[in-house]
Amino acid sequence: MGRITLEGVRKSFASHLIIKGADLDIDDGSFVVFVGPSGCGKTTLLRLIAGLEDVSEGRILIDGANVVGVPPSKRGLSMVFQSYALYPHMSVRGNIAFGLKMAGLPKAEIDRKVEAAAATLNLTPYLDRKPRELSGGQRQRVAIGRAIVREPKAFLFDEPLSNLDAALRVQMRLEVTRLQRQLGTTAVYVTHDQVEAMTMADRIVVLNAGRIEQYGSPLELYERPANIFVAGFIGSPRMNFIADEAARRYGAATIGVRPEHIKASRDGEGWEGLVTDAEHLGSDTFLHVDIAGIGNLTARSIGEIGLSAGDRARLLPDPAHIHRFDENGKALHA
Amino acid sequence: MARQASPARVLTTTIAAWVVGFLIFFPILWMVLTSFKTELEAFSTPPSFLFFHWTTENYATVQGRSDYVHHAINSIVIAGGSTLIAMLIAIPAAWSMAFAPSPRTRDILLWMLSTKMMPPVGVLVPIYLIYRNFGLLDSRVGLVAVLCLGNLPIVVWMLFTYFKEIPKDILEAARMDGATIGKELVYVLTPMAVPGIASTLLLNFILAWNEAFWTLNLSTSQAAPLTVFIASYSSPEGLFWAKLSAASTLAIAPILVLGWFSQRQLVRGLTFGAVK
Repeated sequence: MGRITLEGVRKSFASHLIIKGADLDIDDGSFVVFVGPSGCGKTTLLRLIAGLEDVSEGRILIDGANVVGVPPSKRGLSMVFQSYALYPHMSVRGNIAFGLKMAGLPKAEIDRKVEAAAATLNLTPYLDRKPRELSGGQRQRVAIGRAIVREPKAFLFDEPLSNLDAALRVQMRLEVTRLQRQLGTTAVYVTHDQVEAMTMADRIVVLNAGRIEQYGSPLELYERPANIFVAGFIGSPRMNFIADEAARRYGAATIGVRPEHIKASRDGEGWEGLVTDAEHLGSDTFLHVDIAGIGNLTARSIGEIGLSAGDRARLLPDPAHIHRFDENGKALHA
Repeated sequence: MARQASPARVLTTTIAAWVVGFLIFFPILWMVLTSFKTELEAFSTPPSFLFFHWTTENYATVQGRSDYVHHAINSIVIAGGSTLIAMLIAIPAAWSMAFAPSPRTRDILLWMLSTKMMPPVGVLVPIYLIYRNFGLLDSRVGLVAVLCLGNLPIVVWMLFTYFKEIPKDILEAARMDGATIGKELVYVLTPMAVPGIASTLLLNFILAWNEAFWTLNLSTSQAAPLTVFIASYSSPEGLFWAKLSAASTLAIAPILVLGWFSQRQLVRGLTFGAVK
């Protein structure tokens, strides 16, 4: 079991309020990702759950029991750190076994569990090596091995993939999600990378400046962002925002249209403007178009549509996918 | 770093280094040479450097007149004991300063260091009186205590500097793995800080071994370490340079050997984190 509940959690360092009241319910077995720009408090929130920081106010419940004041060693959670934080003086075996040794398990059982964890993570040939003799990806696996071997109530991941190169990151992303699904253990995962958030999460928590902006499934966040911040943060390239005159026509202070919901053409319907940049990816084309009275908009088209920088283009937003926001940035739903 | 130095430059710096090294080493060399001279040759002018009548007679006299082994054992007990106790106090202290600092940590560290700025003679009388009243004069316990307290600030500072270099994440990982603070200290922090702890241990041992002020003032015979043994050869009847040199050579020999074998650790310790 591993249900984590946050009730009115606040955290301040000196007089600086970092977490401004977080309420959250993480279901047992779900994969929840905390995402947000740097300095939004996502790592702090994770460390509060871990017990590595003390909450200033509020309660944190694990399986219904309040853990405020309980030291990290007694919370039954395990954590994978950004820096991996392996014990440099211990072999891979020693690293993975450490938690079990601290729990006072008999040697035979420790050995059996360590071998099993190593086999799951393809680490068996490296069991007797020291961390410094391993590659980045292998170190990452050891850190994960150390987390899974203890069969914790939940895994806490603090940007675990950010030190890996891009190709390895994609591979590890899949491995981590597969492993979590297989074990059925609750996971809380911190990242600043929205692609990681979208691909890995059952549910995403979008944080900004110490506040939870929205909590929902990846598609919910994409399709029904609660406010301008979430709308702009989720999705790549970023959603286009149009204010003033054009927005007022839709009865909103600001409207937002995602680049993939704008149809670009040489001479069709819609706003007319000048293509300032065209990014040709082969599979897609991103057009940056300057439109008088509206501003610079990005449109995404599948494949090649034969428009390049300097051309005149027409952009037509899909009316079914126009997001409307009030003057406070809150989403307006029809 | 990859800059190539010219051979002439290498030569001059090498020569300069040897000259400086020799200048620093000269007093010790002179002491060892003098210990093999006769008393008369020991202060002859011009001094004879190598061509004198070599004799081991001074060593025999020194052995005959005082008990080297007794003093040496005292030195080992006092230096070793004060170092070990200081380490036991300093490791947890430095841990808390490095990993759980409070707003006052910086001030406490500086205050501790400031105690080393006061001349020890300033507190000689009160400490002497306390020791007299508690029957600690000329006792090993008393000397262990005073040297331990005297060196504690340096030990805490050195360990603090080492511990600060250990990534906090690793200790937090141990905590997440279920380690209590005690286990974290024993299984994670201490093994990771072994080089630092070893050089702190060595340096402190040497400082305690060479400490003369307190050992001379607070002990006479029973607990007297080698410093007292040396001092007994500068007597009111006059200085016996050759015998004094022989006694001094005997006194520093163990620490010289220890230092020789552990010079790598010592250099690391003295340069703190600068040399990796």
